[in-house]
Amino acid sequence: MSKFAVVTVGPLTSVQDGGRYGAQRYGLTSSGAMDLVALAAANTLVGNPPAAAGIEIGPFPASFEVRAGSVRIAVAGAGREIKIDGHMLPPATSAVLAEGHRLDIGAARSGVFSILGIEGAVQGRPLFGSLSVTARAGVGSPFPRPLQAGDELELLEASTAPEQQLMFDQPMRADLRVLPGPQAGEFGEAFALFLASEWTISSTSDRMGYRLDGPTLSHLKGHDIVSDGTVNGSVQVPGNGQPIVLMRDRGTTGGYPKIATVIGPDLGILAQRRAGQTVTFTEIGIEEAQDEARRFAQMIRSLPDHLRAVRTGPNTDALHGANLAGHAVNAFDAATWQSTHDDEH
Amino acid sequence: MPSPSPRIVPCSEAALVVEFGDTIDEAINRKVLGLDRAIAQAKIAGIIETVPTYRSLLVHYDPLALSFAQLSAQIEPLANTVTTEPGSRRCWRVPVVYGGEYGIDLEEVAKARGLSPEDVIRLHTGGHYYVAMLGFLPSFAYLAGLDPRLASPRRREPRAVTPAGTISIGGVQAGIQCLAAPSGWHLLGRTPVRTYHPGREPVFLIEPGDAVRFYAIDPREWAALDQAAEAGEPVAELVAS
Repeated sequence: MSKFAVVTVGPLTSVQDGGRYGAQRYGLTSSGAMDLVALAAANTLVGNPPAAAGIEIGPFPASFEVRAGSVRIAVAGAGREIKIDGHMLPPATSAVLAEGHRLDIGAARSGVFSILGIEGAVQGRPLFGSLSVTARAGVGSPFPRPLQAGDELELLEASTAPEQQLMFDQPMRADLRVLPGPQAGEFGEAFALFLASEWTISSTSDRMGYRLDGPTLSHLKGHDIVSDGTVNGSVQVPGNGQPIVLMRDRGTTGGYPKIATVIGPDLGILAQRRAGQTVTFTEIGIEEAQDEARRFAQMIRSLPDHLRAVRTGPNTDALHGANLAGHAVNAFDAATWQSTHDDEH
Repeated sequence: MPSPSPRIVPCSEAALVVEFGDTIDEAINRKVLGLDRAIAQAKIAGIIETVPTYRSLLVHYDPLALSFAQLSAQIEPLANTVTTEPGSRRCWRVPVVYGGEYGIDLEEVAKARGLSPEDVIRLHTGGHYYVAMLGFLPSFAYLAGLDPRLASPRRREPRAVTPAGTISIGGVQAGIQCLAAPSGWHLLGRTPVRTYHPGREPVFLIEPGDAVRFYAIDPREWAALDQAAEAGEPVAELVAS
């Protein structure tokens, strides 16, 4: 086993996978990565199944260090600078970190959440099939809380597989597709106002919900309903008329009317919108939404087709040998790595 | 009089909701729990999980396995013929330390309802409750069956934190709260029982539809029971209802 330590970390950084299913009837929410495409991309780069557990990193910088063994990593999602022992790693590229190597992930320059994918996935004890952290419920593994400086994760040793680059652009759109919510009828004309307006992401948004600022949406029958179930993407409207899109750490039930639901394929796009940025909503029907779900699943499945093995230098075998001996190889600047390696020894 | 047909509507591309009504009503909730059981028995491929609430059943499913139209067509006959018979025959006996630091609102509730604290305890332990739904937080049990003499409007100012194990009442509902959480309900006591314990099998002790009875214990019993519950003992006793 390798040892991977958290050196510095901001809030909103936790182990997440595809989510936890089967416990919502007990009030335990599903959690999971805010951007499932980023999760799948990072996992694909390191040879994992698309929903395997990785480390979700919020908008702030984070750094890690390998304390024993070697670890293959890849970062996907928000745009940010990645450095291994001070050397830049190109975006969407895997790399092996050897013992003593430090991984510095800069603040997000675009988007909000990144996934640090780890070959062999984060190791832990699943609850209902998932390692995902739900901080409010004290659930998740190996730590039932967001990561803190000093935490050490036990990971599998990196394999000798070649490094990969993912030639794939994450889907982007500012016009998110919604289905009418189960209480859309309780809003009358406010439903049309919801669709016609531009909404600004509030700075109080988090993994539970993204609050939207815009015109006031009035309820026809008041803002209290008898609680019923919520889903990822439910757009609920509390008494102040400002909608909240429920995200992965939402409560399983809620007592505010739900005007709409952001479809699953567009929820990760919303997750990457920063406070102050705007979104609009377009209504689609259930059949189109389910077609989109199939297209989304197909896109995730086809990610490995967009991988390109990266040359690891003029003498691949020698570099692999170096890798095995505990030296990371930067796909695009093998010479730099070689010289670093020489300096060290 | 035939009851109106339940409403089945999409909730997302991967969930639908079956609505039996829009009020807190035991008859409606019994139908929700009845449909939940019927769907579990029908073993419909593609259903991921169901979430029963007071008045509706949320069904999460895989849209790659079946469409909204296909799933509603399978659920509709089950929803139209659902029984309101209680499904669960099991009952949890839950120990509670009432009043004092364990239930800081006991005296106030008694005064407001024109009762003595002993009356409140007697009425609360005398109730035949069942779990209408679990939600809000892991294993927060919303119980139907509160004696109407105890019904109390929620506090004007919700508390930011109430302790794990809180036994409370709010409106016509009673509750068992497993984790520390904000609450606007009235705190009558605390139970050492962990209705939810991530390190125990089963992780969740009680199911929607289960019956619940409370019994009073002495504060001196708290420490030992609390320790046993933390170690993974159910502490609550399971009996046939």
